[in-house]
Amino acid sequence: MSDLPLIQADRAVEPPAATTTTRGRGRRLRLLSRTDRVVITLMVLVPLLLVSALVWLPALATVALSTTNWDGIGPLGDIDFVGGRNYSDVVNIYPPFVPAVQHNLLWLAALFVVATPFGMFLAVLLDKELRGSRFYQTALYLPVVLSLALIGFVWQLIYSRDQGLLNAVLGSDVDWYGDPGVNIWAVMVASGWRHVGYIMLLYLAGLKGVDPSLREAAAVDGASEVNTFFRVVFPVMRPINIIVLVVTVIESLRAFDLVWVVNKGRNGLELLSALVTQNVVGEASRIGFGSALATIMLVVSLVFITIYLATVMREDR
Amino acid sequence: MSRPRTQAEYLARLVPPSVAGLNRRSLLAGAAGASALLGTGLLAGCGDSDSGGSGGKTVSMGSNASDPTPKDVLAKVSAAFKTSSGVEVAINTVDHNTFQENINNYLQGKPDDVFTWFAGYRMRFFAARGLAGDVSDVWGKLSGFSDAFKKASTGDDGKQYFVPFSYYPWAVFYRKSVWQQHGYQVPTTLDQFNTLGAQMKRDGLVPIAFADKDGWPAMGTFDILNLRINGYQFHVDLMAGKESWTSDKVKKVFDTWAGLLPLHQPDSLGRTWQEAAQSLQQKKSGMYLLGLFVAQQFNADEQDDIDFFTFPEIDSTIGAKALDAPIDGYMMARKPKSEENAKKLLEYIGGVDAGNISVKTDPGTLVANTGADTSGYSALQKKAAELVGSATEIAQFLDRDTRPDFASTVIIPALQQFIKDPTDIGGLLTSIENQKKSIFTS
Repeated sequence: MSDLPLIQADRAVEPPAATTTTRGRGRRLRLLSRTDRVVITLMVLVPLLLVSALVWLPALATVALSTTNWDGIGPLGDIDFVGGRNYSDVVNIYPPFVPAVQHNLLWLAALFVVATPFGMFLAVLLDKELRGSRFYQTALYLPVVLSLALIGFVWQLIYSRDQGLLNAVLGSDVDWYGDPGVNIWAVMVASGWRHVGYIMLLYLAGLKGVDPSLREAAAVDGASEVNTFFRVVFPVMRPINIIVLVVTVIESLRAFDLVWVVNKGRNGLELLSALVTQNVVGEASRIGFGSALATIMLVVSLVFITIYLATVMREDR
Repeated sequence: MSRPRTQAEYLARLVPPSVAGLNRRSLLAGAAGASALLGTGLLAGCGDSDSGGSGGKTVSMGSNASDPTPKDVLAKVSAAFKTSSGVEVAINTVDHNTFQENINNYLQGKPDDVFTWFAGYRMRFFAARGLAGDVSDVWGKLSGFSDAFKKASTGDDGKQYFVPFSYYPWAVFYRKSVWQQHGYQVPTTLDQFNTLGAQMKRDGLVPIAFADKDGWPAMGTFDILNLRINGYQFHVDLMAGKESWTSDKVKKVFDTWAGLLPLHQPDSLGRTWQEAAQSLQQKKSGMYLLGLFVAQQFNADEQDDIDFFTFPEIDSTIGAKALDAPIDGYMMARKPKSEENAKKLLEYIGGVDAGNISVKTDPGTLVANTGADTSGYSALQKKAAELVGSATEIAQFLDRDTRPDFASTVIIPALQQFIKDPTDIGGLLTSIENQKKSIFTS
């Protein structure tokens, strides 16, 4: 497939003329009219430029900056290269780094094992057309719609040690946000609360698309509800399952917002994304050091992206 | 649509087109999302700002006074300035923390002619990097500032870059009524302080209210202990990266602090300073080391019940005369649109009239200009002004006296680590020192 990039770019924008181009591959490409060729060129060039300018250029710039000690002030010509020092600093003398990696993995595990299956479960329940299912749907999806600042505020009201709802109701004095052994779980509950709604909606959309005759056939064959779901519906939903999986991985890698609202990713809530922000954005301006952290995050993301791409491309063949 | 030929094709058609297109697109979105974070380094150069007014009869001002009271003060000062000079001030108010975090981009973009900032290391840093305008000739026309304030406004090159407007001291605050009820006396030594704390515990009070969720309040505790144990000059040198964090002097600060920690309110890392201040206000805590702004958390009729003392002496050769008293004020952009108007405005801000407006409007701060009429001060303000006036040295506060990258990415996590686990001081200090070397040599 030597012309793979062309095809990829085509599909990314879903051109109306897709059929012409795919059918006219190779030898018949020359038969395309002048207009067609202009259109195709544009369709390739525009996304290519956008992706390069918005994705690859910043990413490469980040990698380049990670070998400097730039403090964000002054012309680019003043930048000194320090080689791998930022990386060795990150690994050797930066105490929040190791907890951050652990927390990211914990986050992935928690979303994958608890939140995502729970969201799928809720979607299956809501698909049963219960009475008032629209109400539940709205209630569950609400956290995804609410603004971050508001969510942070709502959970602060619940988790505050001295004045919070949770301690008042339980009569306890657990330091939900301050105790580094507890706060990661407290925040993951809050984050899961959002994630469940998101997965629920995605999965529900998929379930609505499943042909009812499949279930009827399964019922006629005498399959139980559980068997119908796991043997018939679930395999049929494969594309959605992959999307849900990818969304879960992405969400856990970019987990950032709640942690930032709570305590800017410190004291038990270290996450890679929060460390990058702490160092790069704001007054600190350790652009070089922060870029090294960002590059590490990029590498971690690339691992997942590569696995995903490999899976998808193998299917396409 | 023709019938599907294979099962796979049939299954694929069950997925709505909008969803089917999603897998590749969500991948792109994900990649873009990841890079959005990664790209911030590049975007850092794109900061922009509105700069109102150009020459003639206007001057623009970038303000971090987003809280109601300081905002009101600034509005009144600029209105009075317009009356006296005929020049209109276009104020561009930005949220306080946002302003502080974006300051690098702001100053490198198109900053307003005059902008709010603090005295200290960061001010001198901007001056040295050519990001601020020289206002030495404004200082030639100013009067009523003590030498300490002039020194705090001076850059490394000996020129002035800052006009002070207001300041507030850090001290140990308490409620008079609570102390009268239990018959407590103001401690003047560390031993008395400890004894008092133990007595408060027996009386069912939390001796020292404490909160460090946001990371900076604990810096105040570190600062005052360091000033009491090692003195002002050591504080300055330590903050400038010249002294070693692994030295016995710093270790003694943390050892002393560890001895005091049992008197502090527990679980401080999940608490905001407002919540800690409210525990003082609700008479659950006996005292609280914080800035004068703690008074915001008290009702109007309780203001007279607030009192304070400066942190007691620890080493008699050092004394108890130094303290943290951060100064807020104004700076001029490197290339203001109208330098003449900007300097006029700064001169007015540093003058007595502007000081008088602040006295009347803001009970939470003190006026920097000693010429201002302070008869409008509350008892608390008068006492605070006396305290600062009697101070031999005035420090600005840890995060204003050192590099911001060191303060925010090293000191905050380190102090929080110490509060969590006060036993491993040696390991903590080694970690700080290693990071300090890396940051200060870059």
